[in-house]
Amino acid sequence: MADSAITADDGVDLSRRKFLTQATIATGAVGVVFAAVPFIESWSPSERARAQGAAVEMDISKIDAGQMAITVWRRSPIYVVRRTPEMVARISGHDGDLKDPTSKDSDQPAYAKNTLRSRSAEFLVLVGVCTHLGCLPKQRFDAGELYPSWPGGFFCPCHGSRFDLAGRVFDGSPASINLRVPPYSYPNPRTLLVGADEKGAA
Amino acid sequence: MALRTASGAPARLPEAAPAKRGLWAWLNKRMPIEEFVSTQLTGYYAPKNFNIWYFFGSLALVVLVLQLVTGIFLTMFYKPGELTSFDSVEFIMREVHWGWLIRYLHSTGASAFFIVVYLHMFRALLYGSYRAPRELLWLMGMLVYLALMAEAFMGYVLPWGNMSFWGAQVIVNLFGTIPGIGPGLVEWIRGDYGIADATLNRFFALHVAAVPLALLLLVALHLVALRQTGSNNPDGIEIKEKTGADGKPLDGIPFHPYYTVKDVVGIGVFFVLFALVVFFVPTFGGLFLESPNFEIANPLSTPEHIAPVWYFTPYYAILRAVPDQRMGALLMGISVVSFLFLPWLDRSPVKSMRYRGWISRTALTLFVISFVALGYLGLQPAEGRYVVLARIFAVIYFAYFWLMPFYTRIDPVKPVPERVTYHAH
Repeated sequence: MADSAITADDGVDLSRRKFLTQATIATGAVGVVFAAVPFIESWSPSERARAQGAAVEMDISKIDAGQMAITVWRRSPIYVVRRTPEMVARISGHDGDLKDPTSKDSDQPAYAKNTLRSRSAEFLVLVGVCTHLGCLPKQRFDAGELYPSWPGGFFCPCHGSRFDLAGRVFDGSPASINLRVPPYSYPNPRTLLVGADEKGAA
Repeated sequence: MALRTASGAPARLPEAAPAKRGLWAWLNKRMPIEEFVSTQLTGYYAPKNFNIWYFFGSLALVVLVLQLVTGIFLTMFYKPGELTSFDSVEFIMREVHWGWLIRYLHSTGASAFFIVVYLHMFRALLYGSYRAPRELLWLMGMLVYLALMAEAFMGYVLPWGNMSFWGAQVIVNLFGTIPGIGPGLVEWIRGDYGIADATLNRFFALHVAAVPLALLLLVALHLVALRQTGSNNPDGIEIKEKTGADGKPLDGIPFHPYYTVKDVVGIGVFFVLFALVVFFVPTFGGLFLESPNFEIANPLSTPEHIAPVWYFTPYYAILRAVPDQRMGALLMGISVVSFLFLPWLDRSPVKSMRYRGWISRTALTLFVISFVALGYLGLQPAEGRYVVLARIFAVIYFAYFWLMPFYTRIDPVKPVPERVTYHAH
């Protein structure tokens, strides 16, 4: 009803009322944002999940040359390949076919940001999860196994991404970056520690 | 003392309308039941020229109820959790009385929901039902569709089979392609460093409570918007523009009893087909329930070939057709949300395909072919000619939407009749 509406004639300070309304809405909105924080935070990995994500040790002395062993760190398979000198030789010569040959756009610790993507030529340590959408790439280590010029490496069965024996992604793959290298170190020559290095635990 | 008129006869006071008595009157004084029925059902006029394409809206509602009822019963036996989910589904299938039936009704219902919704959406494309003044009706419907996709995806994770696990892995990782926040967002969605117990439990909460509530709300809003504009019809004519002396549309008939009775026939036919699937081919040859899902989730073993359930495969084919991961995810997202823009992309002077020219008809035909072809290609391995074909059909898919402002303008349209086309039977 128009005649009962409050107007400035009633002695009401409308601008003051407007200010108070807006201040109340703004305060309430801030409160909603703060109240949402615990609910949003509850979805982050729990303390238990974080604890279970601690570094894992692996005995690498038993891996035969040219073979791959798998361990699990943070629910992801970790591929550990003991490369033969012949396999190492097959890592060079196809830089032109790679998306990121120098690993400048890829995810690895500084000590693995090299051609072989590892701390030593012999052992390759990778997160065995395709950087495309998370499937497990399969080992196709033999030269020519996929096609005549195939230098050996990994093949993802889900969407066809291909990686060389240093985990570097080939052109024409849906994955955009090389396979990830986790932080790792060698507490002694027989042992690989995945998830921790000189800088501490990941 | 009684009043008397000048002639001496007893005066008759104006009689009040006879007060309604009884329970029905008592109820209606407190709740507008009769009013609701008369405005929304018996007094709600729908065009009289509906055809077979108009069954699918009411069928979607029936399937929604079926999913709610069977879903509630499944939660009584299902135990979310990395160690319990798979076994509890086996328990339902083997040991709960009629558990197999309840689960197959629910799993078949999921596919039936998408079949019905896709046909319902095709009807809108065919007769221009998304055009003004029904833009919001279309948008609400599309939000229902998006909520349904989320609901179906999370529901598929719950049995914790190996395809559940790897499907979740692939879909959740799509969020990792968002620049900057991607990796953190993925960890937040999963609640762990991989798809884990935490992920499964939150998907359960979302699947049985949050998304169904959102779905019900959106369906209600969809119907509210429908009541405001009224249904479109195969001729794409507004029946409200031609009303009789009583103010009712000349080409309209009351929703109840005419269309309620018609819909009952549709529901009957639907349930015959539905029962055939539930009882004879519940997995539908691996399309409704995929065989890798009969193995428990194994984070160390990717199935040879990951394919989502059939209703997502057109978008999945687009994702895989692109050789760049971020661009693939982006185009997949655009392929889903393109539908939202249809009311503003379509510039044709007429709504219905009946009066459109060959350009619009060809465009819609090509779109349907490309949608079905992409659906097929999404089920195939991502290699060789499958990828090439997926790229070709993806281009056609996008062309249907984003070239629409141009081809609908030059399309040679036919004159639209004044009244709807209707032949009495």
